[in-house]
Amino acid sequence: MSEKKKKQNVRQLIEEKNKSQNFNRKLEKSIPVLLFLIASLSVLTTIGIVYILVSESFHFFKEVSIVSFFTGTVLKPLSQNPQFGVLPLLMGTLTSTFIAILVALPIGLMSAIYLSEYAPNNVRKICKPILEVLAGIPTIVYGFFAFTFVTPLLKYVIPGLDATNILSPGIVMGIMIIPMIASLSEDAMTAVPNSMREGALAMGSTKLEVVFKVIIPAALSGIIASIVLAISRAIGETMIVTIASGSSKNFTFDITQSMQTMTAYIVEVTGGDAPAGSTIYYSLYAVAMTLFIFTLLMNLSATYIAKKWKEEYE
Amino acid sequence: MSTLTAEHPKVSTAPKVKLLKTADTNKKVVFNTENLNLWYDETHALKNINLTIREKEVTAIIGPSGCGKSTYLKTLNRMVELVPKVRTTGKIMYNEKSIFDPSLNVEQLRTQVGMVFQKPNPFPKSIYENIAYGPKIHGIRNKMILDEIVETSLRNAYIWDEVKDRLHDSAYGLSGGQQQRLCIARCLAIEPEVILMDEPTSALDPKSTLKVEELIRNLKDDYAIVIVTHNMQQAARISDRTAFFLDGEVIEYDETYEVFNHPNDKRTEAYINGQFG
Repeated sequence: MSEKKKKQNVRQLIEEKNKSQNFNRKLEKSIPVLLFLIASLSVLTTIGIVYILVSESFHFFKEVSIVSFFTGTVLKPLSQNPQFGVLPLLMGTLTSTFIAILVALPIGLMSAIYLSEYAPNNVRKICKPILEVLAGIPTIVYGFFAFTFVTPLLKYVIPGLDATNILSPGIVMGIMIIPMIASLSEDAMTAVPNSMREGALAMGSTKLEVVFKVIIPAALSGIIASIVLAISRAIGETMIVTIASGSSKNFTFDITQSMQTMTAYIVEVTGGDAPAGSTIYYSLYAVAMTLFIFTLLMNLSATYIAKKWKEEYE
Repeated sequence: MSTLTAEHPKVSTAPKVKLLKTADTNKKVVFNTENLNLWYDETHALKNINLTIREKEVTAIIGPSGCGKSTYLKTLNRMVELVPKVRTTGKIMYNEKSIFDPSLNVEQLRTQVGMVFQKPNPFPKSIYENIAYGPKIHGIRNKMILDEIVETSLRNAYIWDEVKDRLHDSAYGLSGGQQQRLCIARCLAIEPEVILMDEPTSALDPKSTLKVEELIRNLKDDYAIVIVTHNMQQAARISDRTAFFLDGEVIEYDETYEVFNHPNDKRTEAYINGQFG
């Protein structure tokens, strides 16, 4: 009897609630609109930034030809006869990125293999969060670390090393992106189903063969995506190179010398007193756009690779 | 069978296939298990198992879920060691050598004792690469030989005609039944002596199941096959010997004909009549 009463009560309560739900229904309907507006904010911001970059660069390219900008090996923005060749900056960016990947790829990948395939569960549970903390260290700290610790250390090995050079920030940038490669690659490898490992082991594979012939190929799309993201992060990295690599606009292959990256150039010029409307001021936008195109291409290819090489193990 | 129906007139799920006496005690013993005990941490999963497995025969292991039949199968190629905290006592002799001997190379054991899993688990590679994987890790690099191994293995697994035109397509484009036969072909590619099958048809539809069963019957001319199955009719159809496991013990082990027609133990009789399971 009491149960029946209770049931009716619930029904009544729901009906009463329904009557008062006019407001709720209006809210439900307005929510998608609200969310759309908020979501479009970030899209609009991106469009705005791209618009500014393109339009301001346009001013720059009225004064300096695109060809001489992209093929010039001399960058002398402040001289009497200013020259705006972007190649020294490109060289700085690519060299430091290359050094960073050289450091991060083997260490990151091997850490990922260890964590996903060899580490006991409790080790993995401790190591992975620590690794991810490394990713949270502010880059200015890394820059400082490169300038005051790594460079002096390297001087023992390479006596001719300049006080500011591209090698040291390259290495430190590599350390910075290790967690990115390690963590994302580890995720990709852990996602490979255990039945693959069992299948391979049951055929008499050694553990190493399982890792290199089954797990890594199966996780390849994720691993490559992590590497590409790490490269893109290194290309865009600013603080470390600004602090530890100085501002010489050298076009050289000598990694013991100071080189300037695109990002460091932007820091230098915005920090200086480039009068608005001057060529040097507009050159900022041209360099920024070059940088943007680079990272955009990297990110697009990461998405493309991840999709194309997606291994299906249902 | 008449005694069974007399005692359990309402139950008639016993296999209706004709059983022949096919087991032959003159065949070489490949696996000899003596007093095998196995614990998962504190759980005593296998209790005093004594079993012999002979070449060129199909040995079926039946029993309800959780009775230890898969555990026993995985002990034979030591895959059970992938589970943390496993302990064993007792002996398993493979061709008269102990498989627990520290000097034994476990990779070599697994090369000679192949395994087919419950769920088809082809590698995310092409059909060709799936078959060539085993020979390749064991050092065969010659393309001509590999091509030949791939074709022979696929033919022996009765799947060649279905896949010969798409050898370089992903193995995941195949149906479940085809994938399972591909996994059997992958196993055959390294020419093991024994093939362990852990409920190989439980994820397949009836038609694919029949194909796999036919394949197993033909494979036994060359291989010793140990098959774990939930399906008693399947055990009756394809096996020469049957072991009935219950709660980690071997309740009965005999020729399939005897187990299904004259079970010695009441529990075996009850199980094959479908009274529990």
